[in-house]
Amino acid sequence: MQQISKDKFTVVGNSKVEAEKITKPSLSFWKDVFMRFKKNKLAISGLVILIILIIMAIIGPYLTSYNYYQNDLMKANQPPSSEHYFGTDDLGRDMFARIWYGAKISLFIGIAAALIDLAIGVIWGGISGYKGGRTDEVMMRIADVLYGIPYLLLVILLMVVLGQGLATMILAMSITGWINMARIVRGQVLSLKNQEYILASRTLGAGLTRIMGKHLIPNAMGPILVTLTLTVPTAIFTEAFLSYLGLGLTPPLASWGTMANDGIAAMTYYPWRLFFPAMFICLTIFAFNVIGDGIRDALDPRQRK
Amino acid sequence: MIKYLTRRLLFMILSLLLIITATFFFMRLAPGNPFTSEKQLPPEIEANLNEHYGLNDPWYVQYGDYLLRIVQWDFGPSFKYKSQTVNDLINEGFPVSLVLGLEAIFIALAVGVTLGIIAALKHNKWQDYLAMIIAVFGISVPSFIMAAFLQYIFAIKLGWFPVARWGTFSQSVLPAIALAAGPTAFIARLTRSSMLEVLSNDYIKTARAKGLGELVITVKHTIRNAILPVVSYMGPLSAGVVTGSFVIEKIFGIPGLGAHFVKSIGNRDYTVIMGVTVFYSIILLVSVLLVDILYGLIDPRIKLAGGKKGE
Repeated sequence: MQQISKDKFTVVGNSKVEAEKITKPSLSFWKDVFMRFKKNKLAISGLVILIILIIMAIIGPYLTSYNYYQNDLMKANQPPSSEHYFGTDDLGRDMFARIWYGAKISLFIGIAAALIDLAIGVIWGGISGYKGGRTDEVMMRIADVLYGIPYLLLVILLMVVLGQGLATMILAMSITGWINMARIVRGQVLSLKNQEYILASRTLGAGLTRIMGKHLIPNAMGPILVTLTLTVPTAIFTEAFLSYLGLGLTPPLASWGTMANDGIAAMTYYPWRLFFPAMFICLTIFAFNVIGDGIRDALDPRQRK
Repeated sequence: MIKYLTRRLLFMILSLLLIITATFFFMRLAPGNPFTSEKQLPPEIEANLNEHYGLNDPWYVQYGDYLLRIVQWDFGPSFKYKSQTVNDLINEGFPVSLVLGLEAIFIALAVGVTLGIIAALKHNKWQDYLAMIIAVFGISVPSFIMAAFLQYIFAIKLGWFPVARWGTFSQSVLPAIALAAGPTAFIARLTRSSMLEVLSNDYIKTARAKGLGELVITVKHTIRNAILPVVSYMGPLSAGVVTGSFVIEKIFGIPGLGAHFVKSIGNRDYTVIMGVTVFYSIILLVSVLLVDILYGLIDPRIKLAGGKKGE
């Protein structure tokens, strides 16, 4: 074995300052989450698709000289061309204009339903989890009983009774839609409410609203955000489903669901009339799903490599 | 166990009562009476009909009668098709829907679990990415769009399968695949994440250290533990298959209960909508209960009596 002389080594020393030095810039929790989210290619592609869809829903109608309700029977069922980018439907209405108009309606339904679920779910789950005891028992049993009712059957029933329309559809979706959110919020609140900082806040005299708004909800934001993102595609899906059953929006209102429903009837001869609305429904649901998955993975520290 | 079961049964009955009551009052609120049609009925006949169906009784008598009849498994007459009762429709349509539904559940379980296992065993390899991309697409495509595309490509363009109708096995292939697509994707994701979790456990390392082969480890240790979330998904799965069947049966012209239900929605045949809703609710609630009991039986770690959700 070769002998290594000691003069080949120098003592670098260990200074306290060096050891304590933070080389990685300190990140807030959400910055960290965002960094991990950015590495998820699928989630980023979902985000890009969603942003493009939202931009097109706003500016799309101005990119063509046609509007969504103008009939032109002479030009019915035309395939896509430079005149009509996505072709025309059976009444000669420009599909390009209709798609972006439908985007607005479909996205509105999805986001509105998700926000209503959020509001009811956070309040219900928050109170239930924070109060605990008898209140919790009663509130959760009510949720359990409602949860037992098959979601789509109830929505169908409500649409039959209340009549078709945008508002009734959103209402019907939210009647039992909030339960999932309420359960998640309750679970989070239960795990957080015995932490010291909540006790400190209570000692300082903070009331329910302040503790909920300042401490519990912000700390439970991750799972809430994931549930919120994954509620939107369910709502868009339900809208399309109801439209197919003939319980969708009534003309001249048009959503992707009603367009896809019209398209299926004409599928054999005019496939583009199904293709475009179907593609955008799938793209939107896809985008929201991968964004939701991406946020969930980004929030979970076990995923950190 | 007994305590848990009685508790669950009680909640199930409460849910059912709620939906029966809701359907009853919703249908009373619904616009028009059951005999509204383009042709105005002579007042005498309408009075007779009202008398015959007990529509002149006060609401609580009607409600009591309705509950009593449901307990006796009688879902009432159809107001649009005079010769048919809701029970006739169920007896005629449900077996068809059941066959289709079971076929779809079988496909969903077989394909979904297989995809999930492959994805988990080849974690972060191309097989994993491929399986998960298939799964994300499966979740993103609504069943009626899937059905329309399958019909267009495999029946109309390629002619491999019949376009519609019901009776032979080949006629059931496309509808069953369309119905199974969403659940398959969901099960694949569920299986994958649960497999990955199990694979990181110490007892898997122990099994490897003992020198067991990969096959034995996968079959005896991993899958047996990883399959539990899939079992608990069986309840929502059957609900998904039931509601999915409404549109699938309509697209493929299958004479099942789902198609009858959709037709009764179109006709505003209120008693049929009510009856079928209640029938489906019973079926689904019972199947969810059965799945929960099954789950308790196959997973000895679950003590049902103390099991509370969300905690």
